[in-house]
Amino acid sequence: MKLAVVGAGAVGRAVCSLAPEYGHTVVALSDSRGAAIDSEGVAFEDVLARTERGEPVGEETPDEALDAPYDVLVEATPTTLGNAEPGFSHVRRALARDRHVVLANKGPVAQRYGDLRSAQRESNGRVLFEATVAGAIPALSTIADLGAENVTAVRGVLNGTANFILSRMAAEGLDYEHVLTEAQDLGVAEADPAFDVDGTDAALKCVILANVLADATTADADATANDSTAAKDGSTTAGGSSGRTYTIADADVAGIEGVPPSALDLAAEDGRTIRLIGEVSDGAVRVGPRLVPEGGTLAVTGTQNIVQLETRHAGRLNISGRGAGGPETATAVLADVGRLESERGS
Amino acid sequence: MSNDARPDGGGRGRAYTVRLELDDEPGELLSALEPIAANGGNLLSIFHERGSITPRGRIPVEVALEATPEGFETIVAALREAGVAVIQAGSERYGEVLTVLLIGPLVDTDLSDTLSCLERRADASVTDVSLSAPDGTDGTSTARIRLVTAEVDRALSVVHDAASEKGLDVIEPLTMKAATETDAGTDSNTGTDR
Repeated sequence: MKLAVVGAGAVGRAVCSLAPEYGHTVVALSDSRGAAIDSEGVAFEDVLARTERGEPVGEETPDEALDAPYDVLVEATPTTLGNAEPGFSHVRRALARDRHVVLANKGPVAQRYGDLRSAQRESNGRVLFEATVAGAIPALSTIADLGAENVTAVRGVLNGTANFILSRMAAEGLDYEHVLTEAQDLGVAEADPAFDVDGTDAALKCVILANVLADATTADADATANDSTAAKDGSTTAGGSSGRTYTIADADVAGIEGVPPSALDLAAEDGRTIRLIGEVSDGAVRVGPRLVPEGGTLAVTGTQNIVQLETRHAGRLNISGRGAGGPETATAVLADVGRLESERGS
Repeated sequence: MSNDARPDGGGRGRAYTVRLELDDEPGELLSALEPIAANGGNLLSIFHERGSITPRGRIPVEVALEATPEGFETIVAALREAGVAVIQAGSERYGEVLTVLLIGPLVDTDLSDTLSCLERRADASVTDVSLSAPDGTDGTSTARIRLVTAEVDRALSVVHDAASEKGLDVIEPLTMKAATETDAGTDSNTGTDR
C-alpha cells in the first residue's frame, strides 16, 4: 500500500521507519511546515537528517502531501479537542478522494464521530483507528471481532504516564510533584503532562470506545428498520443509546493531581491501590482515580495499560501491554493498513 | 446471579457477624480468628464481651467480618471444624461493605461531623476509620472509611454529596456489574507484574 503520513512526531516517524518491513511504501510525509513527496518512496534517512538540522521534513508544502498518489492517509498529527482540526479536514479530504484513512490522532473519532461516519458513508474509503485507543493493544479490533453489540462494558488503565506516576508513588511513598519530575526526566511524561494527568487523554480513549459501542446499537437499529419497514419505532436496542455519539463533554473526568501519598498508603494498608480507571458502561463515560485490589488484574504497574472487556457470552477479557510510544502505536497503525490491504485483496 | 462480581474476579464482599463463645484462656481468641483469615475473610471488628461471661464461664465474642457468601459458609464450617463454638452465624447480615478514601482538609472540616453525617444520611454504619495526616492538621490528609450499608449505590452518592459540601475528594472502589456469571477464570491475559 502507498501511504501518506501526515504528522512527523514519534508516531509518524515510526510508521515511516517500519512501513517497508510491512511491505508498504511511504509516498509522502508532512509536518506542519513542509512535506517530502516521492511516488517511489520518501527517503526517510534524508528526512531525519533534515529534521535534525531543524528544517521542515521536505521542500513541498503540507497541502501537496494531501494530494499525493497514496492509498491510505495515516493521520498522526497531535490530537486536538474542540472541532478536531486540522485532523478532521485531512480525513475529509482523503475520503473525498475515495482514499482510506488510518488515524493515530484521537480528535476526529473522539470529537466528531458522527461527522466522520457520514463522510465515510459518501466515500469508497474507510476509516480505521486502532492506534487511538491504548497504543499497541488491539482493543478495537478485539471489539470488532467479538461484535461491538456483544460488549457490554469496557474499563481499564488507558494512560501510561498517569499509571507510572501512581505506581511509583505507591511503591516509593513519594509525592506527586516529585514523581512527575522523575517521569519527565525519564521521558515517560511530556514537558506539558496536563492531558495525561488530568484524565483528558484517558477520557478521549473512553469516548472513542463509547462511540464504537453505541455505533453497534445504531447499526442494529438500521438493520432492523431495513428488514422491516413496519417496525419503524422499534429503534431502541439493548444498549438504549442508538444513534448517540459522544465527545469529551459527555465524559465525567477527574485526574490524579490531587492524589496524596497518604491516600496510596491507606489504600495499601487495606490491600488496595489507586489507579486512574476509565470506564464505559450503560452509556456513561467516566475517568477518575479508583480503588482497585493491589496486585489485581487492573493494577498494572509502570507505563503498562490494560483494557478489560465485559462480554455478553464470553465473560471478561483482559488485554494488557504498551499503550503508548512511537513503534508501539505505529504497530497498531500498520495493523489497520494491513486490514485495509487484505480487504482490497479479497 | 453474581452480577455484583468485582472486575478483578470474585464476588463483592458482604458483612456478616458471627457470635462465638470462647474459653477464657490465653490464645483462644487468636485461634478462633485464624480460620477466618485463612479462608479469605476480612475482619471488620471484634467485640469481646468480657462483661457477660456465660453461666458456663465462657466469653461471648461478636466478630464482624467481610466475605463473599460462599467464603462465609466456608469460614463457618472451618470454625466449627476447629472446635470453636459458633452460637450464631450470619443471621444479622446487614449489608455490603463499602470502602472509600476521602482526601482534603479533613481535620479543618470536622471529620467526626462528616462521619456522623454519612451515618445519618446514608443509613450506614461506619465500622472503621483510618486517618493519615502527614502534614499535621492543617494540610491535606486522607481518611479511609469503611461503611456497612444495605444500599451501596445510595451510600456512595451520599458520600459524594457530603464530600463536595466540604470540598473533599472521594476515591471510590471500582465495582461494576459483570455481564455474565464469570470471573477471573476467563482472563486471557492478566499481565500484572511487568
